Amino acid sequence: MFLRSIHLTNYKNHADRSLAFSRRINCFIGANGMGKTNILDAIHYIALTKSYFSSTDQQNIRIGADFMRLTGDVSIQGHDYRIVSRQQVGKRKDFSINDLPYRKMSDHVGRMPVVMIAPDDGVLISGSSEERRKFLDNTLSQTDHEYLEHLVLYNKYLDQRNALLKSMNNGGRHDTVLLESYDEQLVRYGESVYRRRRQALSDLEPLFAHYHRLVSLEREQTSFSYDSTLNDTPLAEQLRDNLPKQILLERTTAGPHRDDIAFMLGDTRLKRFGSQGQQKSFLIALKLAQYHYIRAHKSFHPFLLIDDIFDKIDGERSRQLVQLLSGEDFGQIFITDTDEKHITDELGTGAGLFDIYRIP
Amino acid sequence: MKYSSKLIADAVSEFQKLPGIGEKTALRLVLHLLKQDKQKVAYFSEAVNRMRSEIKFCTRCQNVSDHELCDICGNNMRDQTQICLVESIRDIIAIENTNTYRGTYHVIGGVISPIDGVGPDQLNIPGLLERVQAGGIKEVIMALSPTIEGDTTIFYISRKLKDYDVQITSIARGVSFGGELEYTDELTLGRSIATRLPYENASIKSS
Ligand SMILES: [Zn+2]
Repeated sequence: MFLRSIHLTNYKNHADRSLAFSRRINCFIGANGMGKTNILDAIHYIALTKSYFSSTDQQNIRIGADFMRLTGDVSIQGHDYRIVSRQQVGKRKDFSINDLPYRKMSDHVGRMPVVMIAPDDGVLISGSSEERRKFLDNTLSQTDHEYLEHLVLYNKYLDQRNALLKSMNNGGRHDTVLLESYDEQLVRYGESVYRRRRQALSDLEPLFAHYHRLVSLEREQTSFSYDSTLNDTPLAEQLRDNLPKQILLERTTAGPHRDDIAFMLGDTRLKRFGSQGQQKSFLIALKLAQYHYIRAHKSFHPFLLIDDIFDKIDGERSRQLVQLLSGEDFGQIFITDTDEKHITDELGTGAGLFDIYRIP
Repeated sequence: MKYSSKLIADAVSEFQKLPGIGEKTALRLVLHLLKQDKQKVAYFSEAVNRMRSEIKFCTRCQNVSDHELCDICGNNMRDQTQICLVESIRDIIAIENTNTYRGTYHVIGGVISPIDGVGPDQLNIPGLLERVQAGGIKEVIMALSPTIEGDTTIFYISRKLKDYDVQITSIARGVSFGGELEYTDELTLGRSIATRLPYENASIKSS
């Protein structure tokens, strides 16, 4: 997969900007605040129909402008696709591929897979379990369309069931038949979500170990485990057994929406790291594992987006990483940095492998 | 907007309460009526007024009707052993326009959605159960939205009907565009009524 070019109109701080890319490594160099990360974000948007950083679509429109437009020309296995997304202030965005608008944005997810390595990845370790579930959901959504469908359905049924529990706790009728109908659907989609997440995590484990050895230059044993009450007890049983407590709490207390990943280093569960360098190499290895997991499920390379990480890792690790990225295991890569030396020092400008864009 | 007449302002504000009507459109409609003969406008408001105050709902199926029983429930040429379950009167209009269905209807008035405060008790489900209990019904056709709320409602009603000797079927789901029956084109809707499938919970898949 190859992103030939991108055109940003009123996307974040870019009023009007066109960029054409090389097939391998593309580096955006510029001082902070000039908008290099926003270009990375625009590529993420083209790939997944949304910004990596903004929580609402409206935030993507340049301040003072009344609309934004993104155009991307992508080539996948000999076929050319033009992605166009437009959004007006106060309206819903539209998103089309070769002039055909998507009715559901989720239908685009997985067609142009992408992995982002960003400075805020630390939340995968230090954040709540929701961050770790999101990591698995993101990975699976891009490789398994049925997973995404089941996850969406599970969450919708869960919201309805919680609303029913709430009404039951507030004097509403205890409608056993209605509750059973939600339970049946939650079990059906929840067990599917659980099974697929668990499988994905176990597939990610050896990939992670491999990249962790390469990036961290350490020899510690790493492992993952999927923490879920479904490991021991079927969901149907848990939904039934704790009903009085669930009514009192007005929420469903068991199910994959409560699951977590335990990252293990040796025998201890990771909560924090000794050094920032250690943490960075752990997170980079995790994202590279995600990249290769997706690569294995698609017959082409995802986009790899790397936002400003080189000045956070030491010289030896960054040398190692640049060597790795320039190897044959990787496809098209987009990197932002404040200082091009981080990259040119490792590869030399004459390698012909990468292009430098100075922003602005 | 500022109006020099409170009468105009009141009329505009009433039109604006209609679905899909903004203030500009409301003003255009009001100014249009202002140009008409007084008599014409009187007919207009009387038609609207009588529609609301004199309309009856069929005591059997809750369809709109001028009599106690609607033209469909009261028509012996229609197959009175078949009930097509719909959310609203609009769905009846849509299905009738296909000219493919010869049975009767039952309007339940929505779908089960606790988030929106709609439980089985807020819907006309008891009326349906009474009709089935009274006997003579061979088939109940579920023609509800292909949403999780529609699926839940179908599941719920089919559970309530499981002890009766009545066949439960569902129109082909996922045919509707925009999630509502009324937006489906007539041909597709007609075909999906004609080729309805026996309902089994496991075979229903929402999108
Ligand atoms: Zn009737």
